[in-house]
Amino acid sequence: MTTDPTAVTTTRMGGRPAALPARRPFVDTLHDWVTTVDHKRLGILYVGYGLLFLVFGGIEATVMRVQLVRPHNDFVAPQTFNQLFTMHGTTMIFFAAMPIVFGFANYLVPLMIGARDMAFPRLNAFSFWLTAFGGLFLYFSLVGGYGLYGMGTAPDVGWFAYAPLTAKTFSPGHATDYWTLSLLVSGFGSIGTAVNIVATIVCMRCPGMTLGKMPLLAWLNLVMACLVILAVSPLTAAQLMLLVDRYLGGHFFDTQAGGSAAIWMHFFWIFGHPEVYVLVLPAFAFVSEIIPVFSRKALFGYPAMVAATVAIGFIGMSVWAHHMFTIGMSAGANAFFVLSTMAIAVPTGIKIFNWLATMWGGTISFKAPMLFCTAFLFQFLVAGLTGVMLSSAPVDWQLGSSYFVVAHFHYVIVGGILFAVFAAFYYWFPKVTGRMYGESLAKVHFWLFAIGFHLTFDFMHVPGLLGMPRRIYTYEPGRGWDAWNLIVTIGVLFQAAGILAFVVNLVRSYLRGRPAGHDPWDAWTLEWSTSSPPPEYNFPTLPVVKSRRPLWDLKHPEDPDWTYE
Amino acid sequence: MSPTNIFAPASTSAHAIVQLSIFVVAIAVAVFAVVGGLLVYAVVKFRKRRQEDGREPAQIYGSTRIELAWTVIPILIVFVLFLASARVIFSVQAAPHPPSALEVTVIGHQYWWEYRYPGQNVVTANELHVPAGERTLLTLLSADTDHSFWVPRLAGKTDLIPNHPNTMWIEPSETGLYLGQCAQYCGTQHGKMLLRVYVQTRAEFDAWIRAQAAPARTDEVSEGRRIFEQTACINCHAVAGTPANGRFGPDLTHLMSRETIGAGIARNTPENLRRWILRPDDFKRGSLMPAMGLTDSQLDAITTYLTSLR
Repeated sequence: MTTDPTAVTTTRMGGRPAALPARRPFVDTLHDWVTTVDHKRLGILYVGYGLLFLVFGGIEATVMRVQLVRPHNDFVAPQTFNQLFTMHGTTMIFFAAMPIVFGFANYLVPLMIGARDMAFPRLNAFSFWLTAFGGLFLYFSLVGGYGLYGMGTAPDVGWFAYAPLTAKTFSPGHATDYWTLSLLVSGFGSIGTAVNIVATIVCMRCPGMTLGKMPLLAWLNLVMACLVILAVSPLTAAQLMLLVDRYLGGHFFDTQAGGSAAIWMHFFWIFGHPEVYVLVLPAFAFVSEIIPVFSRKALFGYPAMVAATVAIGFIGMSVWAHHMFTIGMSAGANAFFVLSTMAIAVPTGIKIFNWLATMWGGTISFKAPMLFCTAFLFQFLVAGLTGVMLSSAPVDWQLGSSYFVVAHFHYVIVGGILFAVFAAFYYWFPKVTGRMYGESLAKVHFWLFAIGFHLTFDFMHVPGLLGMPRRIYTYEPGRGWDAWNLIVTIGVLFQAAGILAFVVNLVRSYLRGRPAGHDPWDAWTLEWSTSSPPPEYNFPTLPVVKSRRPLWDLKHPEDPDWTYE
Repeated sequence: MSPTNIFAPASTSAHAIVQLSIFVVAIAVAVFAVVGGLLVYAVVKFRKRRQEDGREPAQIYGSTRIELAWTVIPILIVFVLFLASARVIFSVQAAPHPPSALEVTVIGHQYWWEYRYPGQNVVTANELHVPAGERTLLTLLSADTDHSFWVPRLAGKTDLIPNHPNTMWIEPSETGLYLGQCAQYCGTQHGKMLLRVYVQTRAEFDAWIRAQAAPARTDEVSEGRRIFEQTACINCHAVAGTPANGRFGPDLTHLMSRETIGAGIARNTPENLRRWILRPDDFKRGSLMPAMGLTDSQLDAITTYLTSLR
C-alpha cells in the first residue's frame, strides 16, 4: 500500500480508510455499507449489483442459445423461452447496464471534477436502494407471479411489453405486474440519480474548472443524466397507465375496449431509444478518458466532442419511431424518422474520427484498457453502420424484428458498451481497490471475449438476412438458418469463458494484487491525484485547476495545457 | 437456398427494397473500409515500441479544417441515403393501385392467420392464394394481440395491430410457394405462426376461388359430423352450410384443400389431424385449441368427417 501524506488515513465516521483497519465485526461492516451515503461506496454497490444481474442475464441468454442450437429443439418449453427473453432483456438493460453506468458515474464524476461527494448524498443512497429493490421485484415474480398461492412464474411479454399482450386478458396472474412495478420503482431510482448527477456537475466543480475545462467524462455523463430525466419519465408514466388498465379498469392500452396499442409503442420507444444513448454516452466517456492516456496525447478536438455529445442528446430525443417503421405510419412520418435517425450518424462519426485522431501520432501502449477500447472502436463502427442500414425505413421493413436487428443492437450493447465497460473496469480498478489487476489474465479475458463476441454476433446477422424473426422459441429446418445458429451458440461458450477469466481476475487482484500507487497510468485527470483507494472525502484540500488536464500541467510545468486552451 | 432470403425478391416492392439495400450496404462497406483501414493503420503504425525513450509525443489539440471535413462529408452521405430511402418509401406507400386489384383481409389470431376474400365470399385460413402478375391489396387486422405479416421474398413486413387497421400490397411476378412467419411477438406460440403464400396463374387461382366459394359437401349426416356439431368444436370452428359457425378458430369448410395444419407446422394428413385433435400440445404447446378428451371411436369418426371436407 502506498502512503500519501495528504490522504486521510483514519476516520471516526466509519468510511473506508486507505489502509485496511483491524478486523471489524461483519455486522458493523454490513451496517456501514447499507447505511452509506458515500458516493464511492454507492458507486461500488451499483457496479457490484449490476455485475450480479449481468451474470443472471448471461445465464438466461445461454439457455436461449442452447434451445436455438438446432431446429425443433426441445430444451425448454415455449413459454419458458418467452420468459427467458423477457427477463434477459429487462435484466440486462435495467438491472445490469444502467446500474453499472450509474455506478461508474457515481464513483468517478465527483473525483474527476474535484468534489468531495455528490450534491445530494442521501438522495444518492435512496436512489440506489430503489434500483436494487426494483431488480428484486422483477425476480420476485419467480415466487409470487401467480399471487403467492400458486406456482410462481416470470413475465413473458417481451422487454418492450407491447400492448395488448400486457392486458389482463392475455397476461393473467401477477408476473406482468411485477415487471411493471420493478420498472416503476427502479425508474424513480434512475431519475433520482440523474438529478443528482446533473446537480453535482453543475454546482460542485472545483475552483477553476469551468464547463469548458471539465473532463469529457463529466460532459458525457451530464448529457446522459439529462436524457435519463427526459426519457425515463414517460416510461414511468406508461407503467402507471398500465397499472391503471390492469387494476382500475382504465383503457389506455386495452384495445378490446377501444384503447391504443400504438400509444404504448410511442411511450415505450420515446424512452427506449434515448435509453440507448443513456448507455452508450458513458461508454463514450470511458473511451474518451482511456484512449488519450494510453496514446499519450491530449484528446483531439475537445470542443467538437462536447458539441457532438450535446447534438446526440438533442437528436436522440427525436428518433424513437424508427422502432415503429412497420406499424403503418404515413410515408411522411416514416421519411422524417429516417432523416432524424440518419442525422445521428454525423455527431457519432465526429466522435469516432476524433478518437482516431487522438491515437494518430501517439505512442499507443496496448494494456488491457486500451485493447478493449480499440475493439470498441472497431465494433462500434460496425454497429453504427448496420444502424444506418436499419434507419432506412424500407430496409427496416425487411430487417426490423429479425435476427439482423438482434445482432445490430447486441453489437451496440456488447461490442460497444460492454467492451468500454470492461476497459473502464481495468482502467479504474487500481484506483478503486489500490491494487493492480493481473495483466496477462486480462488479456486472456480480452481474447476469449472478443472471439466469442464475433462468433456470436457477426454470424447472427445472417439468419436475419435469411428471414429469421426474433423471439421465436424454435424454427423450421430447411430455411438455411441451422448452421448460423449453431455457430452463434458456440460463440457463447467463449464469451462465458471470458467472463469467468474477468471475475477470477477481479477477485484475485482484489485479494492479492500488487499495490498500484496513486497514478499507475501516468494519467492527467484529478482522480489520479488522490490516494488509491481515495479517502472518504476524496481531497483533503479542494484542488484548483487551470486546464482540462491538471496533472499534465503539474508534470510538465514547462509546457502546461492552459497555454493552449 | 433459403426460401425466406430477402435477397431473392419475387415481387415489385421486395425488388425495390433489395435495390435500395444493396446501395446502402455498398456505402456502409465503403465507409467501413476507409475508417476501419485508418484504425488498423493507426494501431500498427503508432503502437509503442520497446526502444522508445519515454518522451511524450507531440500534443495536438485539434484542427478546425480537418474536423470540418469529417463533419461535412458524413452530412453529404446521409443526405444521399435519405433521398434514396424517401424515394422507395413513397414508391411503396403512395403507390396508386389498379381498380382490378384483388382485395384480401388478413386477420391475425393467436397463432394462426385468417384470410377473407370479401369480393369472392371466401373465408380460409393459414394458406393465402393470390394470382401471379397482379396486385393484391392486403388489409391487416388483428383479433387479439399484435402480429406482423412477413413473407421476405414478397414484401417487407407490416404489423397487424388491434384497433389499428393497416394495409400493404404484394405483386408477385412468379408462381410458387412463398414462406414466412409472424414477425411480431404475439404470445406463447409466436414461433409457430407460419405463413404460406401460394402464387398461382390466373386460371389456377380462379379455379381455387370457385372451389372455396362452394359450400361444404353435406350430403349425409355422418357420425363424425354429429359429434363435431354436438361438442365444443363449433364454438370456434365454422363449416359453411352447416350449423358450425364459430370464428375463434380456422374455418374448416375446405380443410382438406390445405396442405398444412396448425398454421403451417404439420402436413395435413389424417394421422396428423387425429393427433392434433387428440393432443394439440404435441404439435404446438400453448396453442388455444383445447384437447377435447374424446374417445378413440369419437376421434376416428371426427377425423373421417374432417377428411371429407374437401
